[in-house]
Amino acid sequence: MAGSNPNAKPMNLTLKVWRQPNRQTEGRIVDYQVKGISPDMSFLEMLDVLNEDLLHSGQDPVAFDHDCREGICGSCDLFINGRSHGPEKGTTTCQLHMRKFSDGDTITIEPWRANAFPVNKDLSVDRSAFDRIIQAGGYVSVNTGGAPDGNEIPIPKEIADRAFEAATCIGCGACVAACKNASAMLFVSAKVSQLALLPQGQVEAKTRVENMVAQMDIEGFGACSNIGSCAAECPVGISLENIAILNREFLTAKATSNHLA
Amino acid sequence: MTLNSKAPEGPLAEKWDKHKFNVKLVNPANKRKYDVIVVGTGLAGASAAASLAELGYNVKAFTYHDSPRRAHSIAAQGGINAAKNYQNDGDSVFRLFYDTIKGGDYRAREANVYRLAQVSVNIIDQCVAQGVPFAREYGGLLANRSFGGAQVSRTFYARGQTGQQLLLGAYSALSRQIAYGKVKMYTRSEMLDVVVVDGHARGIVTRNLITGETQTHAAHAVVLATGGYGNVFYLSTNAMYCNVTAPWRAHKKGAFFANPCFTQIHPTCIPVSGDYQSKLTLMSESLRNDGRVWVPKTKEMAERVRKGEVKPQDIQEDDRDYFLERKYPAFGNLVPRDVASRNAKMMCDEGRGVGSSGLAVYLDFADVIKRTSAEAVSQKYGNLFEMYEKITDENPYQMPMRIYPAVHYTMGGLWVDYNLQTTIPGLYATGECNFSDHGANRLGASALMQGLADGYFVIPYTIGDYLANTPPKPVTTDHPAFAEAKAGVQARVEQLLSIKGNRTPDEFHKALGHLMWEYCGMARNAEGLKYAKAEIAKLRKEFWQDVKVVGTGEEMNQALEKAGRVADFIELGELMVDDALNRNESCGGHFREEYATEDGEAKRDDENYAYVAAWEYMGENQPERLNKEELVFENVKLTQRSYK
Repeated sequence: MAGSNPNAKPMNLTLKVWRQPNRQTEGRIVDYQVKGISPDMSFLEMLDVLNEDLLHSGQDPVAFDHDCREGICGSCDLFINGRSHGPEKGTTTCQLHMRKFSDGDTITIEPWRANAFPVNKDLSVDRSAFDRIIQAGGYVSVNTGGAPDGNEIPIPKEIADRAFEAATCIGCGACVAACKNASAMLFVSAKVSQLALLPQGQVEAKTRVENMVAQMDIEGFGACSNIGSCAAECPVGISLENIAILNREFLTAKATSNHLA
Repeated sequence: MTLNSKAPEGPLAEKWDKHKFNVKLVNPANKRKYDVIVVGTGLAGASAAASLAELGYNVKAFTYHDSPRRAHSIAAQGGINAAKNYQNDGDSVFRLFYDTIKGGDYRAREANVYRLAQVSVNIIDQCVAQGVPFAREYGGLLANRSFGGAQVSRTFYARGQTGQQLLLGAYSALSRQIAYGKVKMYTRSEMLDVVVVDGHARGIVTRNLITGETQTHAAHAVVLATGGYGNVFYLSTNAMYCNVTAPWRAHKKGAFFANPCFTQIHPTCIPVSGDYQSKLTLMSESLRNDGRVWVPKTKEMAERVRKGEVKPQDIQEDDRDYFLERKYPAFGNLVPRDVASRNAKMMCDEGRGVGSSGLAVYLDFADVIKRTSAEAVSQKYGNLFEMYEKITDENPYQMPMRIYPAVHYTMGGLWVDYNLQTTIPGLYATGECNFSDHGANRLGASALMQGLADGYFVIPYTIGDYLANTPPKPVTTDHPAFAEAKAGVQARVEQLLSIKGNRTPDEFHKALGHLMWEYCGMARNAEGLKYAKAEIAKLRKEFWQDVKVVGTGEEMNQALEKAGRVADFIELGELMVDDALNRNESCGGHFREEYATEDGEAKRDDENYAYVAAWEYMGENQPERLNKEELVFENVKLTQRSYK
């Protein structure tokens, strides 16, 4: 109805979906048919159709994480046809629309695959490792109250813009899922660069990068081999440049900080 | 029952300072002896949890998300207001207060709104210090823009992602306190009841959404920061999980629910495209700064556009009706949300709507692109334009956007006094969850402001007043009230699973949403409301006989979660209808067709309805009792809002 192509016909699709009852039980791919899918539906609305069908027939609906459906909360996290968030560049799963697929297609849907992201159920994974990395240092240590006037810290627009670009990471984990090593470097580097670029973050820059990298290793993410699939698959376009900044920050910190670890 | 707002006496500008001095303080060494539960980790919750932990309290924070970074605050696009007057254009604390009171159509409490305007300036400072990357000018200072309903530039923003950046700021402060061990974070935990011991809130019952385990948690005070209930309409711009369950459970335990019928319909959303639609997407109001809203001048032309015979960009100027500019020359496209929404509906009701459904108007950027450049427009709105194109497959640089109003925000919520305490002692409500600051209509860029004001700068002071009067003895879940609440939660889960009916939770939700939108939406009348009331009651009965949930309660079960939320939405829907029926006037987002001026504008009745309607739960199948808080206006003169 809404799209530019009013003649687009409803589609019938075969879905190959990862089903896994819980972390302890092994999972497997199960085939489903969905019919009458409008090209104007979002990918998750297509899964809603599947789940309503399953529920009506007394079967367990497919569990998946989602919330805002506007591409900003970072909840949705499907690995579609072997790609983080599916075929459309710069797009989260919730913003992917069925017009990117064709009638008769077979679509494989899996959860993020990484040791650091264990499966909860079906397509839902546990990404709390990301939270623990932020807890290790992804902040500026300021208590509420007592902050100076906002305009007392002038920041060149260019720096503010670069910090903003890094800050737009939505924490979805697509970078980890896209990486053959399941590395979290792009995620960590986005936060490290944002705060290292800004004067407010520079006070703690050295301990921050050391602690965040240490936590990243503890969580079991893999090493970075600079292939760049993370940035290529990132739905919000976090740049690979951030990893260069992270490496520089980390080496500087290692060479000059008082941290002996 | 007389409701005491506890708003301090004295001149408006001195109330908060005086109150801060008068509230009791908790000795710093004693703070660690108090436990506080914060439910919800959006702007209001995360800021409260972090700030309370910084003060030394032991905080337990809860979210049903997998991470405290996901709450729907993150989706706010446009910005956050603050009375900084950085632009030298005549802004002040009093002007922000005045605009908010007037914008809310004189249905908010003066003292609260003034305090909100006062602390707004501190919010910006705090967020900048956290590293929130606000937009800046070339000289390095903070940039501002004007935003719907305001004639000064007081809105701070981070491109179209202000909510995201502010939430990540609060999340970082919260993360720091989690690392220090001052906040214990419970993710994927949904609050399903509040525990009241001897009349005081002393804990909550939660369900772990991965294992299904029901847990009880005790504390000296409980803060609900669980957001709004816009999803009662099924389709709204709210995130899919947004629900009313936490405040509704509190309501049934004794917390009054205020002004539930005050819901905000946002004028600029992407129109509905089909029955499968799961949610609606907002296009930031900031677009109205540069976009011009119009429909074809005649029904005939609109008909041709709907059929696809004419493209909107080919319609001559003379054949267009820029209806907001025509009707409201002073404010033009920047009239408040309720006015803009109602006018769009009027145009569509007249048969001049566009899009295949006829339920849309145009938001056109051709002029600004001609005046500046496509690049300049992209600088400001790039991500919004991209989002629009992803959803509609149309390029807004080349043809006007189609927009239509959608439910966006709920001004109503738990009744709170000046301390943000509900009618249950020890139970607080902050952010969108409470009713307090926006009256009958919220101004753009004020939701983020209120969430952070409550969390960073109000609750840390006011909760101390309550805790100072509570002995610093450890609280446990040993009291029978905990076991009783837990058993109630478990019984309800079992009941939902045992019905094994034929209709899914989503189907009931859709049916409810349809009733609410048609009869308790943008325009309401007594006849329609009475019809809706009967239909919702019927739906409630059917729900408990025919809802279908499979699986068990001891696993991740999203249909079960949904069913519980829908059950509460249905009960809330009935109360919203009662409230709308009770309020025989039009004000802000509440438009009763019977109460309109000759030219179709909302007609308030200050003599009879200048009060907060606070509803009291009286038991299953009993009508709720109406309690009133009279609103006293000492500093503003009540006038009919005019944006002409």
